[in-house]
Amino acid sequence: MVGNAVFRVEGLRKSFGRNEVLGGVSLDLHAGEVTVLMGANGAGKSTLVKIVSGVYERGGGTMTLADQDFAPNTPAEAIRAGVVTVHQNINDGVVADLDVATNLTLDRLSGRGVPTLFNPARVRREAKAVADRMGLAIDLKARVSDLSLADRQMVAIARALAHQPKVLILDEPTSSLSSAEADRLFTLIDRLREQGVAILYISHRMSDIRRLADRIVSMRDGVISGVFDTKPLDYEGAVNAMLGRKIHLDQIVARNSAKAVLTVEGLRIGQGAKPISLTLGDGEVVAITGLVGVGKTALAETLFGVRKPLAGTMTMNGKSYAPRSASEAIAAGVFLVAKDRATSGIVGGFNIERNVSLPFLKRMSNLGVLKRRLERATARRQIEQLSIVCRSEKDEMSALSGGNQQKVMVARWMAQNAALFILDEPFQGVDISARRDIAAKLRASANGRATLLFVTELDEALETADRILVMSEHTIVGEHRNAEVDLDRLLAEVAGGPLHSAA
Amino acid sequence: MTLRDHAIRYGFIVLLFGLVAYFAIAADGFVSPQSAVFIFQSVAITGVLALGVTATLVVGGFDLSIGSVATSAMMAAAYVMVVLEQNAVVAVVVCLLIGAIVGLINGWLIVYMRVPDLLATLGMMFLLVGLQRIPTEGRSIATGMTMPDGSVANGKFGDAFLALGRHRFDFFIPNLIPVSVVVLLVLAVLIWFFLEYTRFGRMMYAVGSNERAAELAGAPVKAYKIWAYVISGVFASIGGILLAARLGRGDIASGNNLLLDAVAAALIGYAVLGAAKPNAFGTAVGALFVGILLQGLTMMNAPYYTQDFVKGVVLVVALVFTFALSGRGRG
Repeated sequence: MVGNAVFRVEGLRKSFGRNEVLGGVSLDLHAGEVTVLMGANGAGKSTLVKIVSGVYERGGGTMTLADQDFAPNTPAEAIRAGVVTVHQNINDGVVADLDVATNLTLDRLSGRGVPTLFNPARVRREAKAVADRMGLAIDLKARVSDLSLADRQMVAIARALAHQPKVLILDEPTSSLSSAEADRLFTLIDRLREQGVAILYISHRMSDIRRLADRIVSMRDGVISGVFDTKPLDYEGAVNAMLGRKIHLDQIVARNSAKAVLTVEGLRIGQGAKPISLTLGDGEVVAITGLVGVGKTALAETLFGVRKPLAGTMTMNGKSYAPRSASEAIAAGVFLVAKDRATSGIVGGFNIERNVSLPFLKRMSNLGVLKRRLERATARRQIEQLSIVCRSEKDEMSALSGGNQQKVMVARWMAQNAALFILDEPFQGVDISARRDIAAKLRASANGRATLLFVTELDEALETADRILVMSEHTIVGEHRNAEVDLDRLLAEVAGGPLHSAA
Repeated sequence: MTLRDHAIRYGFIVLLFGLVAYFAIAADGFVSPQSAVFIFQSVAITGVLALGVTATLVVGGFDLSIGSVATSAMMAAAYVMVVLEQNAVVAVVVCLLIGAIVGLINGWLIVYMRVPDLLATLGMMFLLVGLQRIPTEGRSIATGMTMPDGSVANGKFGDAFLALGRHRFDFFIPNLIPVSVVVLLVLAVLIWFFLEYTRFGRMMYAVGSNERAAELAGAPVKAYKIWAYVISGVFASIGGILLAARLGRGDIASGNNLLLDAVAAALIGYAVLGAAKPNAFGTAVGALFVGILLQGLTMMNAPYYTQDFVKGVVLVVALVFTFALSGRGRG
């Protein structure tokens, strides 16, 4: 191992209002080493990155770069000091309408002491030097908008490296790359490692982590929950530190189901992914868990008809089920509470009442004319049923807390009887009491339908489901009845590695 | 509700009544049935167009082609009757078809060709302004005109068609209310009912507010968007029919202000009752507001060339009401 840390963070704190996001994070980065940072959504990874890259001001703690105090006020200062960040959204790192050469030297176009006139020859010369150092084989005259995602990513990274950084932070760089494209990125990272750059690599993809990591640091709820640096690396330990149970929750009584509602056979939802087969029973609550990006949302959308499967058949209550749109799925009794309510659930211009009635307007109208009294009665009943905290059904959605907004989303789809009720990350951005309310409601009303939840957090699965399925690489890799779950095996499946115990 | 809420909600209506009260005192003859009817008549065509464009605003779009759809419909009506010597019914049907087809093309460009709404309808506006001049080589259409090939067009506007522009219904006072005002009122009530009380209108608002949420709630988003442009096109062509009936000829130079006036009325409508969103009632009030202001100023001898300035001021004030004060303005 390399000796002293190039970059050191000690006791870093950050709060937004009363909400503490980072509660004293300490982290070392060493030259010529790839440190992987793992953490579920909301663990504080992005806040950490934003403080380090000078976007946010820190709330407390110290940062040192090569034994010197490091306190960037702006992203530009951080870059000049040698800490360079490539953000998750590739298009934030490049200007699509300019050519590659200009992109590579963009940061030299502004600031003090830069000539007023733009000199294309000089730009091309400097860009070539940057590209050669990186081993970048892209036509410098090509427009970035004509490049593939992977090439853009390379340009964004090369642009970052034009500053000859001491520390490079990559935030989920492979999230939109194919595996061949990712391989090119890994080669580049290997090269940088040899050049002695300290790299912080943030990712959920276990295959990336296995390929690259020299160390793994797990984060959970704003603190470092585990550091793993002895080889061979303990991947399951890292996943456990990131997702594992923090408090002991009341065990639920797992139920079995006699009657199948939905049967899925040979469903393939990703190129090269193994087929999925599963059966969901009447009255049963099933949770599918797995890391971000393993295809949970893709599966939810496939069941809901907004994404086409590559292969496979589905049977619903004995009849063939192949929805081609959300409205066909809804007609068949399949309802989805979509992930990320702000973008795909809440209609901001509507109050609670109108948000609740949205999918079922046809059933609440006569010759197209809305039955307003029925609409109001439904909204009032649902507010009562899910104990939504509001003044009346006329309240604007923006007046509600995150937990209550989510309750409205659940209430919307519980207003009518479902055959299959799917909830994708229903507990994201939801406080613990609202989460308990929703989970209790789901379990209490489960009879007469199959309920399917997609959750990243294990706790959420353990406290709501009768059965837990594990997804990895766009397929289902494990199944557990939620009674004396073998957590080690479950975590191993989440981490996607070879199983210790015989499956 | 706080004072601020009240100001946002009723401010514009109070302003409207204040304006009426002021003109009633300051301008002789402002308060009379004839004056009221004149105001309605002056905003009838603009109002019909504004109600149409409201539909596209509701789905989060915009239609810049309404003015040129109206003038194209006017020219088409004149061409059908004067040159092709057809009757009034044929002329009206042709106009409505033009409106519907243009709306379909706009919707197709925006939904399937992914052209941004402003650009698609701007292109369509340009295209129509040019297209309406081609059949007559740029000349206005009137009975007895000489055609490009030297022949003389002998058809004339049918009486039934002209009645659309000239007939007045009795309403307490004989010959009081023009057809155009009746059309405006009927269409206003229709589109208001459609947007507020039917599931289709409700879904259109949902599409405009959060397209993805509407789609995941099972709405055929693309169809709703295209329908909005068809409504807009058809309403604009009705405006064109009324314009042709009023003028009695196909005047190449008329209808220049229609687009801006209609859009202004719809946007002023955002401020009415603190809606902060496109709505049919607001649009109608917005159109009336402009009409009352101009009528009052005219009766007080304000010169005609100040009119656009006044409209602009009203629009800017209304937009400030909507976006700055209510704090929830979304376009």
